[in-house]
Amino acid sequence: MPSDGPQPEGTLVTPRQPRKAPTRAAERPAYDLADAHLLPTPEPIQLVTPEGTPVVDPRLPMPDTETLVRAHDLMVQGRRFNDQAHALVRQGRLAVYPSSHGQEACQVAAAMVLDDQDWLFPTYRDTVAAMVKGVDPVQILLLLAGDWHAGYDPYEHHCAPTATPLATQLVHAAGVGYAARVKGERTVVVAMCGDGATSEGDFHEALNFAAVFKAPVVFLIQNNEFAISVPLARQTAAPSLAAKAIGYGMPGKRVDGNDVAALLAVLGEAVERARAGEGPTLVEAHTYRMQAHTNADDATRYRTSDAVKEWEPRDPILRSSAHLRSLGALDDDHTTALTQRVEEMAAEMRLGMSAERELDPAMLFDHVYATPTPQLREQRAQLLDELAREEAAK
Amino acid sequence: MTPMPSADSPVPHVEKLTVMQALNRAMRDAMRQDETVHVLGEDVGTLGGVFRVTDGLTKEFGERCFDTPLAESGIMGFAIGMAMGGLRPIVEMQFDAFAYPAFEQVASHVAKIRNRTKGQVHLPMVIRIPYGGGIGGVEHHCDSSESYYTHTPGLTVIAPSNPADAYHLLRAAIASPDPVIVMEPKRLYWSKAEVDLGRQRPGIGKAAIVREGTDATIVTYGQSVPVALEAAEVAKREGRDLQVVDLRSLVPFDDATVMAAVASTGRAVVVAEAQGFSSFSSEVAARIAERCFHSLAAPVRRVTGFDIPYPPPKLEKHYLVSVDRILDAVDSLQWEDQ
Repeated sequence: MPSDGPQPEGTLVTPRQPRKAPTRAAERPAYDLADAHLLPTPEPIQLVTPEGTPVVDPRLPMPDTETLVRAHDLMVQGRRFNDQAHALVRQGRLAVYPSSHGQEACQVAAAMVLDDQDWLFPTYRDTVAAMVKGVDPVQILLLLAGDWHAGYDPYEHHCAPTATPLATQLVHAAGVGYAARVKGERTVVVAMCGDGATSEGDFHEALNFAAVFKAPVVFLIQNNEFAISVPLARQTAAPSLAAKAIGYGMPGKRVDGNDVAALLAVLGEAVERARAGEGPTLVEAHTYRMQAHTNADDATRYRTSDAVKEWEPRDPILRSSAHLRSLGALDDDHTTALTQRVEEMAAEMRLGMSAERELDPAMLFDHVYATPTPQLREQRAQLLDELAREEAAK
Repeated sequence: MTPMPSADSPVPHVEKLTVMQALNRAMRDAMRQDETVHVLGEDVGTLGGVFRVTDGLTKEFGERCFDTPLAESGIMGFAIGMAMGGLRPIVEMQFDAFAYPAFEQVASHVAKIRNRTKGQVHLPMVIRIPYGGGIGGVEHHCDSSESYYTHTPGLTVIAPSNPADAYHLLRAAIASPDPVIVMEPKRLYWSKAEVDLGRQRPGIGKAAIVREGTDATIVTYGQSVPVALEAAEVAKREGRDLQVVDLRSLVPFDDATVMAAVASTGRAVVVAEAQGFSSFSSEVAARIAERCFHSLAAPVRRVTGFDIPYPPPKLEKHYLVSVDRILDAVDSLQWEDQ
C-alpha cells in the first residue's frame, strides 16, 4: 500500500465521536482532532501510475474495466474535440478556443460520475465535460463561433451554460443543489473551476453556502497550474487547494488529475456522499494546461517548453491506454474502430461549423424579458426597418 | 381563518397597513399560495429582518424563510441556483449599499440568463432592496442605487411609494417569470394607509397619476412621491395646479402615461432622491425632451440629490429632495405671468 494513499475516515486519530453542541463558540476546542479526516492526503490519490501500472488500494476500489474502457474512449473523443476546435479557430470558424487538451481525464470523469438528472456546471474550458454530459458538440461551439451566448438548452442534459466569469457559477450550483434537496429530489451537482478561480470571493461563498446548507455538490478544481500566465503560487499560500476544504467543514481530496481511474473513484465517492445527504466535497485534481490559455495567448512568454515536456509522459490517454492494454481490455481493433468514430465526430464538427447558420437579428430583442417592453418593441422595429432599407438599397 | 386575499379576488378586503406590513403580507400570502416561494437573506429568519419586513415568516413557514451566511454575492448566486432548480426565491438585501457585493451576480447572471439561453432558463426571483436616506442612517445605509439596476437590460425595477402598491407590486413581482428588483422606500416603511388586498391595482409597467393638475407635471417615484405631493399642496395655495405622476415601475417604463401627462400641462419637473448625474432621472428627462419637445413651454427641470456621496446624518437635509427645492424648480419653468 503506498504511503500516499487516501486516509480512511478517522484512522488518523480517534474515531469521529458525535459531539455535544457547545453552548458558546468559546467552549469549542480550537481544533477538533475528529475533523482531521477533512484534510486531504499529503500526496494526490493515484490508482494508475503514469506508466499504466495499477496501484492497489483497498479503501478506494479500482473502477470496473468496462467503465475504464468507456472513460478511455471518451478521453480519446474529448482529445479529438479539443484538437478539432483548436483547428477551427485557425480556420476562422471559431473566435477563440480555450482547450482542455491534456486535462481530458478530469473532463470525462466529472460528467461520467453523474446520472441524467444530475447537474454539471462547467466553465469555458470544460466543453469536453459538457459533451460527455450529452450536449451536442456543434451546439457547444456556438458560443465560441459567435452565434449566441449559449448554444444549448441547459435543461435538456442538466448542463449549465459554460461559465465565462470565474467562480460565479459555483454559487449557482450550490443553489441548484439546495433546491433539489428542498424538493426531495436525488439530484447531485458537480461544479467545476480552475485553480485561478479559487482566489475569487464567489469560490469561498459557494463552498461556505454549500457546506452550511449541506447542499449535494461536488466542487472539482482542475489545478492546471496556470491562470492565463499567472502561476499557482500567486493564487494561494495554502498548503494545497484541497486543504481549504477543512475551513468550510467539508472533506478535501487531492487526486492525480491525469489518472481517470482515480478521478472516477474519488468523484464517484463524493457524488454518492452528496446523494446520501452528507453534503459537499472539494476535490482538487492535479493536472497541467498543455496548451496556451486560448489560441489568442502566447504561453512562451511565461513558461518554458521544458516545463510542458515534463508533463507529456503523464498524459491521461497514454496512461489509460497502457493500463487497459496490460489488462487485455484494449486492442488494435478497438482503437481502429474508436478512431473511426471520433473522426466522424470531427467531421460533423467541421460540417456544423462551416454550414451557413441563419441568425435572425430580431432575436436580439426576443429574450431580454418574457414579454418585450414597449421600448424594446420600438427598438426591434427600428432595427428591422434599417435592415429593410438596406435590403431595398441593394 | 380569514379568507386569503388574492390579486384577482373580487371581494374587497381592506386593511390599514404600513408599507412594511404590506410587503410582509405580500410575501406571506404568496408563500401560502405557492410552496415554491422561499425567502432568504441576512437576519430574515428569527429576527424578521433588521426592518422586520419578514417578521413571522419563519414562524409560519419554517426553513422557507431562512437566514444565510453573511455574503451578498453568495445569497444572490444561491438564489439564482434555487430559481434554476424550480423555486421562486425572494432575496432581501439588508441595505442598498450592502447589495453592491452582489452586483456581479445581478449584472452578469440575473439579468442575462434568459437572454443567454434564448429563454430556456429564466429566473422568477425577487430582489428586495430597502433604499434611500432621510432616516438618519450612517454611511452605506442610505444610497439610492436604482440607476445601476435600471441601466442593466433584463432586470425589471419597481419602486412602490405607498402600502397598496407595496402589496400589489410585490405580489406581481413574485408572480413574474422574470427577475424583479424592488426598490423599497425605507423612509416610508412606517407610513400607513388603507390597502384593498383583494383589488388588483395597475400592474408592473404602469405609472399612476396620483394628483391631477393642469399647470405642470411632476414625475417622480418611490420615497420622493410624498414630497412631490406635499409640494403640489403648497403650490395650490400659491396658485399653481401641479399634476403628480408616480412612476411605480421604472423598468418597464410607462412612456404612454408620462408623455400624455406632460403633454397635457406642457411643463415637467423630474424628482428623484438619487444623485442626478447619469441617473434614472436623466433618462426620464431625456425621454420627455425627445418625445414631448413640441408640447413643452419650458426645458425639463430635474430636482435630484447633489453629485456627492450620500451625506452624514447631520447634513443629509441639505441633500434630500425638499418641497422648497421642487417649488423653486417649478417657478423656473418660464411662466408667462413672470
